[in-house]
Amino acid sequence: MSGLTHLTAHALSDLLRKKEVKAVEILDAAFSRIRAVDPAIRAFLTLMEETARKQAASADERIARGQAGPLTGIPVALKDNLCTRGTRTTCASRILGNFVPPYDATVVSALDKAGAVFVGKTNLDEFAMGSSTENSAFQITRNPWDTERIPGGSSGGSAAAVSADMCAVALGSDTGGSIRQPAACCGIVGLKPTYGRVSRYGLVAFASSLDQIGPLAKDVRDAALILDAISGKDPADSTSADIPVPSHAAALTGDVRGLRIGIPKEYFISGMDPEVEKAVRDAVDVLRRLGADIREVSLPYTPYAVAVYYILATSEASSNLARYDGVKYAYRAGRPSDLLDMYMKSRAEGFGAEVKRRIMLGTYALSAGYYDAYYRKGQQVRTLIKQDFDRAFENVDVIATPTAPTPAFKVGEKTADPLQMYLSDIFTISVNLAGIPGISLPCGFSSGNLPIGLQLLSKAFDEPTLLRAAHAYEQSTEWHKAKPPCAKEGAGP
Amino acid sequence: MKITRKEVDHAARLARLALTEEEAGQTTEQLDKILEYVAQLSELDTKDVEPTSHVIPVSNVMRDDIARPSLPREEALANAPDADGEFFRVPKIIE
Repeated sequence: MSGLTHLTAHALSDLLRKKEVKAVEILDAAFSRIRAVDPAIRAFLTLMEETARKQAASADERIARGQAGPLTGIPVALKDNLCTRGTRTTCASRILGNFVPPYDATVVSALDKAGAVFVGKTNLDEFAMGSSTENSAFQITRNPWDTERIPGGSSGGSAAAVSADMCAVALGSDTGGSIRQPAACCGIVGLKPTYGRVSRYGLVAFASSLDQIGPLAKDVRDAALILDAISGKDPADSTSADIPVPSHAAALTGDVRGLRIGIPKEYFISGMDPEVEKAVRDAVDVLRRLGADIREVSLPYTPYAVAVYYILATSEASSNLARYDGVKYAYRAGRPSDLLDMYMKSRAEGFGAEVKRRIMLGTYALSAGYYDAYYRKGQQVRTLIKQDFDRAFENVDVIATPTAPTPAFKVGEKTADPLQMYLSDIFTISVNLAGIPGISLPCGFSSGNLPIGLQLLSKAFDEPTLLRAAHAYEQSTEWHKAKPPCAKEGAGP
Repeated sequence: MKITRKEVDHAARLARLALTEEEAGQTTEQLDKILEYVAQLSELDTKDVEPTSHVIPVSNVMRDDIARPSLPREEALANAPDADGEFFRVPKIIE
């Protein structure tokens, strides 16, 4: 059966339940698609064909027994910083190049239990550190809309795989925008849940107070279905929240009448791409026409978010990545003269340039004499940024902003200047610092036919309202239906 | 200058990273630029502001003290760069 790969997970699920297609056929279509398209896109680091065949066969049995859930038989891609038992998990780093985890991440077992089919592990910036997926030790992933451009990052492989129809949905992780920014660059939906909503057990740690796993999807309903499957308290992650999980899919009523939506003036900065600004303002007008109450809000500490992030995230990273010592797993340099030499060389040869830069910055910020000036100061300004949102959400239910200041930039454009690269996360970073959820969804195209993302934010654990607003907007526009040149009908299977 | 070459060398040793001469020079320049940018935080008066280390106020999360099976030795050693079947092997530590 052709024409399966462009379908959403919920559309595939309907076909499966009506017995119009089998999970193994969906999987065949996904793999032919991957073979046709991925040589040009390079989204995948490892394919899981053997696992996927078994999962698809058991999904079909489950469907035959009438026990299918909404994700049973659905092809899913996993960012390669999520541990998969028996399947190489590299974090796109040389240092984990041969690492085969002895356990599954909690989100991976949750999706497996739901009957999902894992097609493979996707490329990322090494240890999720980057905004372009160019920091991978193995390959550069290309944007399906324009292969001269980056897919965003760090979940660039997952975003490109969904956008180019190589899977129905994917998981990514978001520490400063790593789900939302690539979703915007690739013209799809990306959701960073509230910190604590989803267990981080089995996610290779980057910055533990900021990291969160979430879905990349072709529409809002699919994102909600994935969130339903992966949310909840996990004894293996003490920071996962013991708060009941509502049905997010049931929250998609299409009704935003009376919903108070705030527009923060600090997010419409001088020098931002005028096409991005126009697309986002037009999106706000659509929400107004749907009956939302649009208000101006102020988040005055916004300009400090990037500085805070690059102190706190690097400090946490320098501590988290201290575990790569070449002893119990991961890369060890050959013929060390002594133990210290083994540490120094293994880490020097195993980590890439950006990871080393961040370990160095974090180590410096935490070192004696600088702690108060950098780390403590950063934590204090984090409090101010969080209070900005607390105050804003006294008057509004949702905040609308651009996801990124520009559409996808060109491969190589920002690699020479780390600070310029960091500034591409300027609209997404505050959300991680405040711990609140955020979603990016398509809201238009640039004159160069590149997707533009609308970012919506809500209070912590208010994903139902967030998704309701995103879904209402999406369903009254056509942007999410647009396909990149490589995924148009007739181009491949 | 926000950071000197000497401080970079010190941090590299703390971080257990052997940097080449070229890397150390480049790191000094790049960190200097980033720290220059970060310095804008010093404009803010944060005298009475509590630091946020975590957005969720959890501490000392306990579980029942119940014995559970641990990773079998074979699996625990499977990813080791060097092991003898029973232990991880490392260069001699005590002279």
